[in-house]
Parts: sequence; C-alpha cells; structure tokens
Amino acid sequence: MFAGTIRMSVPILLPALGDIYTQRSGILNLGVEGVMLMGALAGFLGVAFTDNLFIGMVFSAFIGMISAGVMAFLSVTVKANQVIAGTAITILGAGLSSFLFRAIFGVQKLPPLVREFPVCKIPVLSDIPYIGTIFFEHNLFVYLAYILVPLTWLILERTTFGLNARAVGEHPHAADAKGINVSLTRYLCVLIGGAYAGLGGAFLSIGFMNTFLAQMVGGRGFIAIAVVVFSRWEPFRALAAALLFGVANALQVRLQAMGVPFPPQALQALPYIMTIVVLLSVSRRASFPSAYTIPFSREER
Amino acid sequence: MAYAVEMSNICKSFNKGKVQALDGVNFTLGRAKIHGILGENGAGKTTLMNVLFGLYRADSGTICVNGKPVEIHRPKDARALGIGMVHQHFMLVRTMTVAENVVLGLPSSKAPFLDIKSATSKLLELSNVFGLKIDPGAKVWQLSVGEQQRAEIVSVLYRGVDILILDEPTAVLTPAETRDFFKMLGKMKAEGKSVVLITHKLEEIFDIADEATVLRNGKLACSTEVSNTSKQELTRMMVGKDVLFNLKKSSYEKNALDSNERLKVKNLSALNNKGLSALDNLNFSIEAGEILGVAGVDGNGQSELCEVLTGLRRIESGDISVNGTSCTGREPKAFIDLGVAHIPEDRHMTGMAMNMDVSRNLIIKDFDRKEYSFLGILKSGAIERNADRAIAEYEIKTSGAEARVRELSGGNQQKIILARELGKNPKVIIANQPTRGLDIGATEYVRQKLLEARDNGAAILLVSADLEEIMQLSDRIAVMYRGRMTGIVPGASTMEEIGLMMAGYDNTKPEACNA
Ligand SMILES: Nc1ncnc2c1ncn2[C@@H]1O[C@H](COP(=O)(O)OP(=O)(O)OP(=O)(O)O)[C@@H](O)[C@H]1O
Ligand SMILES: [Mg+2]
Repeated sequence: MFAGTIRMSVPILLPALGDIYTQRSGILNLGVEGVMLMGALAGFLGVAFTDNLFIGMVFSAFIGMISAGVMAFLSVTVKANQVIAGTAITILGAGLSSFLFRAIFGVQKLPPLVREFPVCKIPVLSDIPYIGTIFFEHNLFVYLAYILVPLTWLILERTTFGLNARAVGEHPHAADAKGINVSLTRYLCVLIGGAYAGLGGAFLSIGFMNTFLAQMVGGRGFIAIAVVVFSRWEPFRALAAALLFGVANALQVRLQAMGVPFPPQALQALPYIMTIVVLLSVSRRASFPSAYTIPFSREER
Repeated sequence: MAYAVEMSNICKSFNKGKVQALDGVNFTLGRAKIHGILGENGAGKTTLMNVLFGLYRADSGTICVNGKPVEIHRPKDARALGIGMVHQHFMLVRTMTVAENVVLGLPSSKAPFLDIKSATSKLLELSNVFGLKIDPGAKVWQLSVGEQQRAEIVSVLYRGVDILILDEPTAVLTPAETRDFFKMLGKMKAEGKSVVLITHKLEEIFDIADEATVLRNGKLACSTEVSNTSKQELTRMMVGKDVLFNLKKSSYEKNALDSNERLKVKNLSALNNKGLSALDNLNFSIEAGEILGVAGVDGNGQSELCEVLTGLRRIESGDISVNGTSCTGREPKAFIDLGVAHIPEDRHMTGMAMNMDVSRNLIIKDFDRKEYSFLGILKSGAIERNADRAIAEYEIKTSGAEARVRELSGGNQQKIILARELGKNPKVIIANQPTRGLDIGATEYVRQKLLEARDNGAAILLVSADLEEIMQLSDRIAVMYRGRMTGIVPGASTMEEIGLMMAGYDNTKPEACNA
C-alpha cells in the first residue's frame, strides 16, 4: 500500500510541479486536464507504434508542450481571458484525445494494451528490507517526478530564470523595465508546465495502466491546479499534497479490495474529498502572484 | 560636440488620441550635463522620459543618442545604449528582497544560478559610498516609501549607466539624503555622465542643474541654461502666468480653559512589517485647530504611526482616542466614521483603487452614505456631480470623471485623494507626505487647504520629509527617532535644532511644551 501511495501521487505531482512555473509567471492554465489527456494519448501512441517506452515519454512531453502552447498563445499573445481559454483547452483535449484514439484504433471491446513499463530496482537501496520496496522499486516516471521536486525548487529559487519567472508574475512592468522579455518568459513557463502535465498524463497511460481510456485523467489536472494554489507555489508543499492524494487513493483501492460495504463510487471519490478538505484546512490565506491572470501590455499603466 | 540625447518633434497620445500627452516636443541633453525638467502635474515629463527609456513608443519624432539616430522599442534597447531610469512609481517587485530586485534582469557571474552574495556585498559598498542606507536582505514590501526610493536609486547605480534619468527622485528623501545624493550626481557629471532630473522643487534646479526644460500641457514651454534664468521666470513658464506665493497662517491660540483634545495617544507601541518595534511608548495629543508636524528621517516609525492612527495597523499596547472616544483595536471604518481623514504615503497601495474611475475613487469611503446610495444601489448622478465639482475645485487634469485613475499623472492622483479626504470637514487629519509629487501650484494649494481645515477646527498630524513644509505649517513640531518622539517643540524652532533632533540628539525635555 505504501508503494501504491508513492506511485499514485505521481499523476498529481508532475502536473502540479509544472503548473508552479505557469502560475508563478502569472498565468492560470485551467487546461492542465486537457493537456494531461493529450499527453496520455501521445505516450500511448508513441509506445504502440515504436514499442519504445522512452519515445513514448518524450512524445508525451512534446505533445504536452504543443497543447500548452495553444494556451500560451491565447493568454500571452492574444491576451484572451485565461479562464475561458483554459476551459477551452480542457474541452478540446478531452474531445481530441478520444477522437484520435478511436480514429486510429477503432471501437474495440477490449482496449488495446501496450508493453508494461519495467520496474527499475535501484541496486543496493532496494535490498533494504521493507523500505526498499516502498521507495526503490518503481518505474522511471516515479523517480523522475521525485527528482523534479528539488530541481523545480532549485530552478525557481536559485536561478536567474526562476527569478525572472517570479518577477514576471508579480510585477511584469518592473521586469520589463529591467530588460526581461515578459512574453518569452511567460511562454517558457507555460510550455514547461505543458511538458510536465504531458508526462503526468503519460504516466497514467503507459506507466500505470498500459492502455488509454478517455476518462483516465479523471480530474487530476484540476486537483493539480488546486494543489499548486494551496501549497502556495512551493514544490515541497506540492509534494506533500500529492502524497496525501496518493495515500487516499491507495487506501481507497485497499478498501474496495477488502469489500467494505460502501458503493465503489463513493470510495473512488474519497481521495478527491480528502485532498480538498485537508488542503483547505492547511492552507491559510494564499497570496497570489500580483499579476495573476492579468495580460501584460507595456503602455498600460 | 554631439548631444548625449537629442529628441525632436516627439508626439505621443493616449486613449486613441483622447489625451495628447506630448505635442511636438524637442529635448536636448548635453554631455556631462545635469538637465532639469520642470512642469505642472500632467505636463508630460514622465511620458517624455518613458519614450526615451523605451516604455512608451512615440507616435512620431526621432531620437539621437550621442549623435546617432536610434530606435528604442523597449527598455532593453535603452539599457544597451547606457540609459538607466529611476521611476516615479517604483519598479520594484514587492515580494522579493532588495538584492533580488537589483540583480533582476542582469547576467549572473554564476549563470544559470543567481549570485546574491556578491550582489549583496557590492550593494553595501555602493550604499556606503553614496550615503544611501539600504538593507539588501529586506523584502521590498517591508520597506517604507523612502527606503524603497533608496533601493530604486541604488539598483540603477548598480548597473552603471552613462545617461541617468531620475523621475522625482528626491520626493521622499530627507534634506540630508538629498544633499548626499546631489553630491553623487556631481561626481557622476565629473566622470562625463549625463543626468536628467525631473523635479517640482525649483531650488534643486538652481542647486545642481546646468540646463532646464519646462513643459506645459504637453508642449515645450522653454529650454534654457540655468544661469540665464530665475525662479520667477521658470515658474511663469510652468504655469503660464505669474504666481504669487503668500501662505497666510493665523497664529495659534491655545484655549487655556477647556482642553479640546481631538486626538490623544497614550503609551502607544506597535510593530513594523518586519515584526520589530516601530513605535515605542508614544504619548502626545493634538487639539482642535492645531497642526502637529512630525519631522524625522524616513523609516523611524512615521509610517507606522499614521497607519496605527487610521486603524490600518494593529497596536501592541496603549490607547488611541478620537474626540474622547477610544478607538483602540477598532477597524479602519470606525476611524472613518469618527471623522479621521487619511492622506497615505503610498497612493497606489492604500490611497486608491487604480482600476476604478475618478468619480468612484472620490466616494470610495462614502459609498454607503445616503448621498451616494440607496438600498445598496449607487446613485450615479450624485456621484458624477460630486466628481465634476472635485475636478473643477482641485483642478484635476483628467480626460473625464470616468477615466481610470491608473491613467492619471502622479500629481493628479494625489489631488484625487486630497479632494476626497479634505472634502468632508474631517475632525482629524492624518497626512503623510501630502504634497509629495505635487507641482508648486498644487503644493501651495494643498498647504492652504490644510491650514483652512485647521482653522475650521481640525486636528492635523502632518508627516513630511520636507522640513520647510513642516516649519511653515506646524504649530508644534515633534521629531521621530527610532520609534520615539525626541521632544515636541513650538513651531518657531530653528532648522538646526530640528536637524539635530532628527539625528537623535534630544535637546528639549520631552513633553516640555506638550499641551
Ligand atoms: N499609460 C497612460 N495611459 C493613459 N494616459 C496616460 C498614460 N501615461 C500618461 N498619460 C497621460 O498623459 C499626460 C501626461 O502624464 P505624465 O505622467 O507624463 O505627467 P507628468 O508631467 O509626469 O506629471 P506628474 O508631475 O504628476 O508626474 C497625463 O494627462 C496623463 O493622464
Ligand atoms: Mg510624472
């Protein structure tokens, strides 16, 4: 069950980490859900056609970036309302991914399966009794997600790019006056968010289920956005929140397996309810980036 | 020798031509010269310099730098030409530290990583050399406006520039700081650098500038060598007519029998944004019809005092009473209802709602009063009439009552706050830097208004970095130093006395002249 917790936190953690960049730069991408679905499909297609898991991963990140690129274009270049643009991306991603899937594979009784992602045991460490199986017997996605936590923190807090991203979200006029390219920085942040979200989707399709289902993301994109806000845009807090979701999910699977006399639908809702309740109570007043959802034009004062 | 900057025939309009901010302006800045730009609020000074810095694109006109024609599309281009700018409304990211703000946009020696440590030490060095005290590790939101001003100046110096644009840099500096700052400008000039200084203080022009340009209503009014002109002439150029300054102040007479304490503060202590003690056991009172001037180096608790007295900051201990009613621990609304008016130092953060229009900002504290609303529905007719009256009375330069205040020039934004706060016969006025950024005419007008309010029986607490203003208006003067009042002296004290007290020397017995 503990190993399950670690695994099930990944499809929240990956998109949340990516969305930290996006939101810090002042953009609310409500399209994360749709981007994840596109990534899930892309990962599945990549593996189905090349039989190479690595290509599946790269392809999902790439398609995630393209899908998020639409969001970046709408919000940064066209200066469209971000809530509407993001919602459109979610709807588009959901429709397009299942349409493409059916167009390519037709309607089948049983969903097509691809090769399973191998578990990489980390030598020595995985031999530690008990702990070893929990932490060091996972597939590549899981390790990647966990490495990205400190890496995201490092990039945001300690690099010039991170400083630029934060400045652009807080006070784009000041950033602009200091010679920072506001639009470029925002594009990059949204694209990074897209790549992470694409990978998060691909984890569900090729890293967990070996197939693609139209409803497989199941609102995790939205949970990820909430996680980012409630964790006050900090990677380590986002990890804690994602783990919480993982615990609830693993618990829910356990309870169902034990045959607890509850309707399975109610049990399935457990992780979402638990996450939101805990997040709400833990997070005090979140102070949003000052330029959150506000498009930048130099001559507007 | 070619000019450092030559701008010809610059035109710039806003709101699709509704506001013509610049109309065929020519401007030349000599090399190794200090050039003052003068003009009333809204004359176009900031706009002209924003065009040079790449923040605004001119509709037409050409710019040459060092004799070569250039295209400046964005601030980055200006920086590449060695142009730096200290903005009227600071360009600082509030959630970041001073040091982070300084390195923002600069290449790092440890790329891709930041190098805050070496930036910090270089900053401390700069601040020592130039006598501008800053704390590189402090977050900007924790700083007072004066401290932010210093941070903004230091951050431009850090970059090293050949052409320095200063948009009202001394508005919140104390006289001593201004002196040091000007010394530094003199040094830069000696090194062959050119400086543009926008200011409303004529003395500064005669102190330090070589050349001056006056703008009026978006047009060039005159451009001259400072040695060939006089204060009267420059003023006439700015306003378009002769101006007489005669501030009349009736002498203050304390009514010995019945004490008429409008504002009383007892054992007041409070913390600043950093959680450190800002106000340390303050005791004072102000009577009806009296102005208590508060002098002092910015950052010694003045801002916190004003916030506490308007309910915007929690107090740790002590008591505040307005008109005999204790307001300790009450909400800002309670202070407003008791007739406490507030002219805040930071007009953007606490003074107004930047995205709302002029008329709404004028009633933002009274929207629930009978005159302006009925059962929660605003009466737009009354609101508009009020706006039209205020615009006319205070000569607010705006395209109309429905213009967003964001679009107004800094001085005109200040006038909106004054119109709102002074308009309804306040009992107590907490004025923090009320004339900051106002042109001479408007400054005179505001001072007159404050004196009028005093004569109508208001008790006024006046905080100002401008010692002359304090001396001119106050009935009594207190000096704040490290959260304490180093003595309250009668308004007739000398500049030197007060200067000493600002540095921490207490040469009066505290409370000696307290009423
Ligand atoms: N971004 C903008 N959008 C709309 N109008 C603007 C903008 N910037 C300036 N204006 C208008 O242009 C005119 C000139 O403004 P500017 O800020 O240059 O005045 P200023 O001379 O700097 O005045 P102050 O002394 O008050 O700072 C004003 O009428 C102002 O309302
Ligand atoms: Mg200005």
